[in-house]
Amino acid sequence: MKALSSLALVVALAALAFFLGRVEPLRVVLGVIIPYVAIAIFLAGVSYKVIVWSLSPVPFRIPTSCGQQKSLSWIKAGWLENPHSTPGVVARMALEVLLFRSLFRNTKAELREGPRLIYGERRFLWLGALAFHWSFLVIFVRHLRFFIEPVPRLVMVLDRLDSFFQVGIPLLYITDVTIVAALLYLLLRRLRDPQVRYISLFADYFALFLILGLALSGVWMRYFARIDVVAVKQLAIGLVTFSPIVPREVTSLFLVHLILLSTLLAYFPFSKLMHMGGIFLSPTRNLANNNRRKRHVNPWDYPVPVHPYQEWEAEFHDKIAAAGLPLEK
Amino acid sequence: MRDRGVIYTGLLVFLGIITFPMWHDWAAGTTSRGPDPVLPAQEKQCVAPLSTMRTSHMQLLMDWRDGVVRRNVHTYTAFNGRNFNMSLTGTCLTGCHTNKADFCDRCHNYAGVAVYCWDCHVDPKLARRSAK
Amino acid sequence: MANPKPEELTQIDYQPGRKDWMNPAVEFRKGVFCYSAAPKNLRYLGLPNPREWQPFDKDWKLPADWKRTILEGMRERLRKFRSFRLFMDICVRCGACADKCHFYIGSGDPKNMPVLRAELIRSVYRRYFTTAGRVLGRLAGARELTEDVLKEWFYYFYQCTECRRCSVFCPYGIDTAEVTMIVRELLNLVGCNINWVVEPAANCFRTGNHLGIQPHGFKDSIDFAVDELEEITGIRVEAPINRKGAEILFVVPSADYFATPHYFTLLGYLMLLHEAGLDYTFSAYASEGGNFGLFQSHEMMKRLNAKIYAEARRLGVKWILGGECGHMWRVIHQYMDTLNGPADFLEVPVSPVTGTRFEHARSTKMVHICEFTSDLIRHGKLRLDPSRNNRWNVTFHDSCNPARAMGLLEEPRYILRNVCKNFHEMPENTIREQTFCCGSGAGLGTDENFEMRMRGGLPRANAVKYVRDKFGVNLVACVCAIDKATLPTLFEYWVPGMEVAGVHELVGNALLMKGERERTGDLRGEPFQEKEASTHA
Repeated sequence: MKALSSLALVVALAALAFFLGRVEPLRVVLGVIIPYVAIAIFLAGVSYKVIVWSLSPVPFRIPTSCGQQKSLSWIKAGWLENPHSTPGVVARMALEVLLFRSLFRNTKAELREGPRLIYGERRFLWLGALAFHWSFLVIFVRHLRFFIEPVPRLVMVLDRLDSFFQVGIPLLYITDVTIVAALLYLLLRRLRDPQVRYISLFADYFALFLILGLALSGVWMRYFARIDVVAVKQLAIGLVTFSPIVPREVTSLFLVHLILLSTLLAYFPFSKLMHMGGIFLSPTRNLANNNRRKRHVNPWDYPVPVHPYQEWEAEFHDKIAAAGLPLEK
Repeated sequence: MRDRGVIYTGLLVFLGIITFPMWHDWAAGTTSRGPDPVLPAQEKQCVAPLSTMRTSHMQLLMDWRDGVVRRNVHTYTAFNGRNFNMSLTGTCLTGCHTNKADFCDRCHNYAGVAVYCWDCHVDPKLARRSAK
Repeated sequence: MANPKPEELTQIDYQPGRKDWMNPAVEFRKGVFCYSAAPKNLRYLGLPNPREWQPFDKDWKLPADWKRTILEGMRERLRKFRSFRLFMDICVRCGACADKCHFYIGSGDPKNMPVLRAELIRSVYRRYFTTAGRVLGRLAGARELTEDVLKEWFYYFYQCTECRRCSVFCPYGIDTAEVTMIVRELLNLVGCNINWVVEPAANCFRTGNHLGIQPHGFKDSIDFAVDELEEITGIRVEAPINRKGAEILFVVPSADYFATPHYFTLLGYLMLLHEAGLDYTFSAYASEGGNFGLFQSHEMMKRLNAKIYAEARRLGVKWILGGECGHMWRVIHQYMDTLNGPADFLEVPVSPVTGTRFEHARSTKMVHICEFTSDLIRHGKLRLDPSRNNRWNVTFHDSCNPARAMGLLEEPRYILRNVCKNFHEMPENTIREQTFCCGSGAGLGTDENFEMRMRGGLPRANAVKYVRDKFGVNLVACVCAIDKATLPTLFEYWVPGMEVAGVHELVGNALLMKGERERTGDLRGEPFQEKEASTHA
């Protein structure tokens, strides 16, 4: 139900853009005004969210230690899984952000006859997630060719690598295949795995369908409908140089792509997609486990009622004396 | 908190990267005018309508290639009934677009399209010059 | 009603029901929840809303403005804890944590998946603290805070042992322990707490330890141990209490001097510290290393923990040595210095025997006994006869907190390899940072919670059963007082015949003391196995 309704919402958005994109006076709304609003919401929203996070302090140093602590000199410390210094933390974070280290640990628990609990390795989620995120990043960088003139070398090199196999015309991008495949896997997993299906919210399906719609509309434009990319670039450059135009050659199919992107941008800061920024701030990962070596200060620390020794001694005075233990008074 | 500086630096870097095209194009003086390919003086009509050529010329050239190499078909009858010899070098680059750099490359460079046509086909003008 | 049989408990249905989880529904069935805190304990600690009530009551006698209190409490904590704010915002519900929780594995209850446990409060967060949730309601995964939701919180957040296993697997490091700690704080604001947490806290606040043992009782226990040790070894060790001017303050969990099998660990400590010639003292005031405040609120943790530094200062010691205890070390390693430091009146710990400077504890100035002992062994300062532990075939159970909130993995293993001859690890998905909880931590180790404890402990017990069947393991060594208290019950249920011991009990067995009489038996009074038994092996 949640899956269907979020799919319906994405399809409705796309259809709306497709048909409204054919009405001449609305083309400037879809091609200029909405994208501007969306990017503004995105930039302001992401900044707002990160600032809100930053305003809440980290009162205690609570890294999750996934390896041996640094203690005695002759015991090999797990500098990466349980970092005790900044370089270790940076390396650990890099592994988390770039290679999804923690997800790589994934196992599947299974209760068999006996009873016997078995923990099998389950790397598909990791693989799917990695394929999706890296494809998305490469696609994002590739798209800079539409926004920057002259096109930077780096973008051209990436483009060449991505179309390395030289299949078809225009050349097939590897990431176009991997992102669609990965999204379909993530979607199927969400729908078929009973546990994951149970925990899934409307928002979880919506994000998947939205990005899938974005990817598919892009694929459709490149390989099947073949749109006028020069006109598209003129529109994109117009947006970033604040001299917006919607060339006649830009079709409403492209406007579908643009509206889905705008929706994603505007939705981003207020959704779970903010995990992109959040992962950097996670206190169980981005702190060194040097707790006993270096004092961590809690900025909102306040005095609390305690039971001081004097009161304790006064309460048990006679018993302490009878037991022959030393007394202050 | 000491980490706010780090967080805000990270945020600024992120915003900088996201808005990089804006800064770049502003500095480079880029406008939305688009590329300016030099059109042939003598011919007004290409082998297909302009809109088709703009989006699908690569497809047409691939069809030509397949026709010549695989099916021994050398003549292309255009939408307006005119016949053309199916040859990128012989027809397109010799007959009309004699300057690849002024025609093909302008849009390709603009859109960041790296084509592999020139892995095999020579720019006839360059070939003539080197033959001298 | 009799407790369910193991065969009944393993009939687990992992297929979640068809009903939407957002509709709160909890049944406080006997055996799966803990009783409420007695009002006298709340009053003693000055905690809100003391009253007679039980979770299975229809009316929980909440204060009239309970909802406002909870929401205000949430707002305050969102401002105070970045962890809380972040963990409310960034979960993508990938489900990687789902089958990592021992309570989910043992119960199949979908709300025991860490992701859904956190969603129980995340849904409320969305409703009251995000625009989307306020406007779109259920569509945005938001729901009203009702009394039923509060009851659900109580049920499921007192069904989490704060073991952090899920946070190892979460791609963003979302730590359910952190969420549980915050929700328990919120529940405490309206007087919804369990006695097994609040009573030890009240005891500890008053007498200095969870068990409520008063100074003379503490002295008796220690004296009794000293007497017994003299019988076993022929040596009368010193075990001073509240002695000013000692070099080291020694703090252990109170169960060590009042419960079995903890007691044998205490004997081990006393022998070791005597043999090392340490100038130390116990304290009857700071007679508890553990801290049930951790299971209640950050404030209570600070209130109880304050005694350790205060006593170290009063007695004028140089540094502090800590005994075997799991959550105690979470507090000492990750919280104590921040809560009650700086300990600038102490010195950087140095082993008086080996001269090793414990640089890693240079600020907190407290050293784990396993760190201390492994250093002694490494420097050859102890004479050990591992064959004295020949009747044991040992495995090591990493306790949650030393493993995942500290990284004390190798020290106890190094000791074990030196004090016993037969040692086998459990499967790698069940040890070290992936270790499974005993199922009774975080204050849930009560008798009335029996069924849920057995369910939660199933993964641990099952791994023990594996090494028993494969290698003939008959003893689980550990460094946690809660483990020692609850694992015997767990194993009696799932792996009958399995024994539990502290690492330092085995040290005590193996330790050859200067001037000891011919020893014939171990600390439990069992005869040593014949020497040739080991040469056969």
